[in-house]
Amino acid sequence: MIKISTVLKFAAVASVLALAACTDKPKAVETAPPPTSMSSSTTSSIVPGSAEDLRVNVGDTVHFDYDAYNITDEDRSVLQRQAAWLAKYPSVRVTIEGHCDERGTREYNLALGARRANSVKEYLVSVGVSAGRLDTISYGKERPICTESDEGCYAQNRRGVTTITGGANS
Amino acid sequence: MKKLALAILALAAISLGMVAPASAQLRVDVTQGNIQPLPIAIPDFIGDPSGAQIASVVRADLDRSGLFRPLDPKSFVEQVKDINTIPNFANWRVINAQALVTGQVTSQPDGRLRLDFRLWDVAGGSQMVGLQYYTTPDNWRRIAHLVSDAIYQRITGEKGYFDTRIVFISESGPATNRKKRLAVMDEDGANPKFLTSGSYMVLTPRFNPTAQMIAYMSYIAGKPRVYLFDMETGKQEMLGNFPNMTFSPRFSPDGNKVVMSLESGGNSDIYVMDLRTRSVSRLTSDPAIDTSPSYSPDGTQIAFESDRGGSQQVYVMNADGSNVHRISFGGGKNGTPVWSPRGDLIAFTKQAGGAFRIGVMHPDGSGERMITDGWEDEGPTWAPNGRVLMFGRTERGGRGSSVWSVDVTGRNERRVTTPGAASDPAWSPLIQ
Repeated sequence: MIKISTVLKFAAVASVLALAACTDKPKAVETAPPPTSMSSSTTSSIVPGSAEDLRVNVGDTVHFDYDAYNITDEDRSVLQRQAAWLAKYPSVRVTIEGHCDERGTREYNLALGARRANSVKEYLVSVGVSAGRLDTISYGKERPICTESDEGCYAQNRRGVTTITGGANS
Repeated sequence: MKKLALAILALAAISLGMVAPASAQLRVDVTQGNIQPLPIAIPDFIGDPSGAQIASVVRADLDRSGLFRPLDPKSFVEQVKDINTIPNFANWRVINAQALVTGQVTSQPDGRLRLDFRLWDVAGGSQMVGLQYYTTPDNWRRIAHLVSDAIYQRITGEKGYFDTRIVFISESGPATNRKKRLAVMDEDGANPKFLTSGSYMVLTPRFNPTAQMIAYMSYIAGKPRVYLFDMETGKQEMLGNFPNMTFSPRFSPDGNKVVMSLESGGNSDIYVMDLRTRSVSRLTSDPAIDTSPSYSPDGTQIAFESDRGGSQQVYVMNADGSNVHRISFGGGKNGTPVWSPRGDLIAFTKQAGGAFRIGVMHPDGSGERMITDGWEDEGPTWAPNGRVLMFGRTERGGRGSSVWSVDVTGRNERRVTTPGAASDPAWSPLIQ
């Protein structure tokens, strides 16, 4: 919920900026001085090879159908980008998390999450990533990112997430 | 725990010589699905001040069972002054009490408490139970539960379940980052105690047959594995040294083995570890999910869930892994089988029509019936007498988890008192 409202707010600000750009009379706006003791990283400065780079520029998450663990066409392109990125940063090690929606019993979902994490791992290995760089972990239904009891949330929660455990740039 | 148990001595039944043998008429049949709770009068026990607290715990126990209706002490017309004289039954009949409990607590020279109590059949005018206990004063709640168990057993003919404990997962924090801690409490919610800190997630705890040991799953150090928790020492020990996730542990009825799932290459199969030799045997070898194993009380069979037939269903196999056969055919997905301590039923979770409900069926799959009707009820656990179950209930939208109890008949559904949100309850055997 919080995430959604933040996104909406951001969208609202963006549209205001867009409108402002269209008007032809520029208006002076006072700018606050930058913070002194901190490095000013307000503009996009994602470090290549960092966890943020993987998350934002490559995509760290794939999604699954209900009670399924097969890699879909959509997943393939994400995982191919992950493989290419991992090839570019050979010291990075990752753990693939398998997650489920709440529509399964606890232990079944632990097993299903393991299947999903393993599917991601197997696909990455099939496109050239060394298996030794890839760990897996299942969280079953214990770590949802979306908590409403509806299909929109369930779809977000049925996921495999590639998380960096070592060797990344920062 | 052991120490406490030894401190309680139930002495030989006491009786008043002049009282006629108990009438067999005062009886509650727990197998009936729709019974009238038995009106019972339990005045505060006389003597030591703890007598009032003990009587109130007994009243609460019997009330919670749904089989008894403890009468309001304000309605009593007779005040108990001496438990060694015959009550004036007319004074108890007039308030419609069918049973009467009188008790006395006395402080002993060695500091211990002595409790005497008698259960009376009001209509028959006879004593049904007379018992005496000694214990340390800090142990008064257990004495109360033992009294409740004795009353329950005498009137229903079934063993009680009040002197038991519940191990469960205590939950706090947002649904997206839930803190889950291992916790235990008495069956009535008293004496809750946290066993883990909450800095790592724990799931699915289960007692061993002496309630001294808990098997559970822990994410400590980022590696989900089955652990054992020793109640006496407070020590946690990883069970075995497996390369991948181990989960869904449960003890064998003799306590010598733990059956659980081991995941390898994304596939989960069932294994059993002998705790004495630490040797491991594989029981299933199937590309399907095989998990939630639960022994039959005689240890010869194991119920489990598998999706080998295309969807999650309940199967039974011999304890060596042979003779696997599906037993759930009642529609939907069915999992988390748990064998009743009586051996006559298997409780399970059914997923159908968008809801999760608790059901029971016979071990051959016949006689399936649903006993709860929640949005997400799962993970049943049996009282040691096989007449009552607890389970976890989750509300829609991650709005909280709670523990509930329900009779095997489906009646008397109640929320169980827990310190905050809770899930994954497991009932102990009767404390030895």
